[in-house]
Amino acid sequence: MRQALEGSQAIARAVALCRPQVVAAYPITPQTHIVENIAKLVADAQFQCEFVSVESEFSAASVVLGAACAGSRAYTASASQGIMLMSEVLYNIAGLRVPLVLTCANRAVSAPINIWNDQQDSMAVRDAGWLQLYCADNQEAVDTTIQAFRIAERCELPVMVCVDGFTLTHTLEPLELPSQEAVDAFLPPYAFSRALDPRAPLSLGTLVGPDYFTESRYLHHQAVLAAENEIIAAARDWSSISGRTSAPLIRIDGSDEATVGILTLGSVFGTLLDARDHYGGAPVKILHLRAFRPFPVEALRAATKGLSDLIVLERAISPGADGIVAAEVRSALMDADAPPRVHNFAAGLGGRDVPLTIYPRLLEAIGKPQPRMIPIDLDRDQWPAAADAQ
Amino acid sequence: MLRTQQPRFQGLDPGHRACQGCGQALAARLTLEAAGPDILLANATGCLEVFTTAWPESAWRVPYLHSVFANAAAVAAGMEAALKAQGKDVKVIALAGDGGTFDIGFQALSGMLERGHDVLFVCYDNEAYMNTGVQRSGSTPHAASTTTSPAGVARMGKRHLKKDILAIIAAHHIPYAATASVAYPADLRKKVRRALQVAGPSFLQVHSPCPLGWGHGSELSIEIARLAVQTGLFPLIELERGALVGAMPIRQIHPVTDYLKPQSRFRHLFAGDPRAREELAHLQALADHNIEAYGLRGEMPDGLDSEGADTVRRGGLRSA
Repeated sequence: MRQALEGSQAIARAVALCRPQVVAAYPITPQTHIVENIAKLVADAQFQCEFVSVESEFSAASVVLGAACAGSRAYTASASQGIMLMSEVLYNIAGLRVPLVLTCANRAVSAPINIWNDQQDSMAVRDAGWLQLYCADNQEAVDTTIQAFRIAERCELPVMVCVDGFTLTHTLEPLELPSQEAVDAFLPPYAFSRALDPRAPLSLGTLVGPDYFTESRYLHHQAVLAAENEIIAAARDWSSISGRTSAPLIRIDGSDEATVGILTLGSVFGTLLDARDHYGGAPVKILHLRAFRPFPVEALRAATKGLSDLIVLERAISPGADGIVAAEVRSALMDADAPPRVHNFAAGLGGRDVPLTIYPRLLEAIGKPQPRMIPIDLDRDQWPAAADAQ
Repeated sequence: MLRTQQPRFQGLDPGHRACQGCGQALAARLTLEAAGPDILLANATGCLEVFTTAWPESAWRVPYLHSVFANAAAVAAGMEAALKAQGKDVKVIALAGDGGTFDIGFQALSGMLERGHDVLFVCYDNEAYMNTGVQRSGSTPHAASTTTSPAGVARMGKRHLKKDILAIIAAHHIPYAATASVAYPADLRKKVRRALQVAGPSFLQVHSPCPLGWGHGSELSIEIARLAVQTGLFPLIELERGALVGAMPIRQIHPVTDYLKPQSRFRHLFAGDPRAREELAHLQALADHNIEAYGLRGEMPDGLDSEGADTVRRGGLRSA
């Protein structure tokens, strides 16, 4: 049924449709309405689960880890400082190869303290060994949340569904919420091959010395790479049930005649599409990198074939090393036949609005030499005077 | 067959890599003997995890999950929530050392207790970070020498008091909390059974000597643990909803020096330094305070008291 829902509410409803038995979350630093909506659904008897309102994100991640290992589908959500506080457990969950789904309502990381949207939080844990799927709009957030449970459980890997804070989580959008029957047809009951059971005791989280550690890490790496197939399969199967097509790895919009492409992750994709409609001009291919982990090297090479210039527009930076996504894009395209020149810009850090005017500025900027990444929306009037003296 | 002759459930197999005389290994074995097989374990990082799970071997005969150092209570809470959702009657036990209880794991522990999860949290209290080389913890007793509170010309070991964790736990008003000692195995097993019987969170602090960290012969572990009780430094008590409901009486009270002297972590207190005499008086005062506060003074010497073995007040002369 098509309805107007706030992103957080839509995600909460999508989570409920997946029937997790345990939901744990900490409400602040900062939280979205996702878990509040889940708590309300539980209170109104519209959704049955053990809702554990914990004392920190560190414990939220730990509770869902314990629940998943004890044989229940489990879910949590967080963002920003919360992801930072969880990060030790996030690595642990991934290393233990435990299926879990977490929504990261992407926000900036302090300092300076700032509660608004960028993607520094999920980028900071990109090496934790989780799958990371970014959503361009709230419909994609709903569909990806449902797919994420199946991907996680089939791959025995945790999945982080990344949704731009405020831009998506606090925005009403018309969207289709699937029926319970549709989700049940897609997502079988939770089954974890290593669930703890007194009748068949297992030891999880054992001490692994140098003799076995490399192999363990390598197998984890291989599993994350192999998850690409399950991401593709989940998108395909969900599309046949929901009737909506969704690109599993990279969403591509634009003709093959385009020689310039812009690649981004998340909600800026929609802004760029609108801007292209608004400004017109030469054809430009706009790409939304939905799967960041595993990094879809082949799909990226195919999607950028024929481009002379590729602009990577990102919402996080690695101080001292430019953009995180651009570095990976460059590395992936290096061995491609006639790879495009890669230009790297940040935009929208800490919730700075990304307006349509960014589009012509980006296209203009690629004509000038730009050895290092800069925020395209850098405003020198906001610069502290002391910084000019440096 | 008499119950005393039945083989006990062994949840922790021998052959693990604990040191000789390890109090923690004994405490874990006794806990599992009493708990039986229908449990899930959540273990904090520490010696217990290291010496029982070196891949590809495991000494555990019960389902076991080790996540990280600080989160045993939260992992156990998640297990309990899942079992509740599944309608399964399986008990959950969290195991942590004093670091994972008093210090880094405290927040998760407090949250788990406050939320009322049906989890037994067992703290193996060996009074320092033994796994990493005997660094002080919030549980290290006053004046004990550790690698981060060493005794020296200017210092008499740890300057601060041992945190009164049981009082903090008691303030959560949980159904059951108790202290136990590896020197009193029947008492320990009984407390584990009691803790698992009550609905809701329970807590057990088990005094567990570490020959390496405390600096005593590995054959002396039980004797040292018993002296901690008999001096009043480690009172064995039980609390229900925060109120004292039981205390093991001490029939022959020993001076604290009997307990301190055999341990090299307290050696500096016997070097004749006037400050050392002051610290000894301080430690004796702490023991005296415990004896009065918890009413530990037994009525008279008891010829039948086997000094702990399997006979304690609550069980009378029955063996457990």
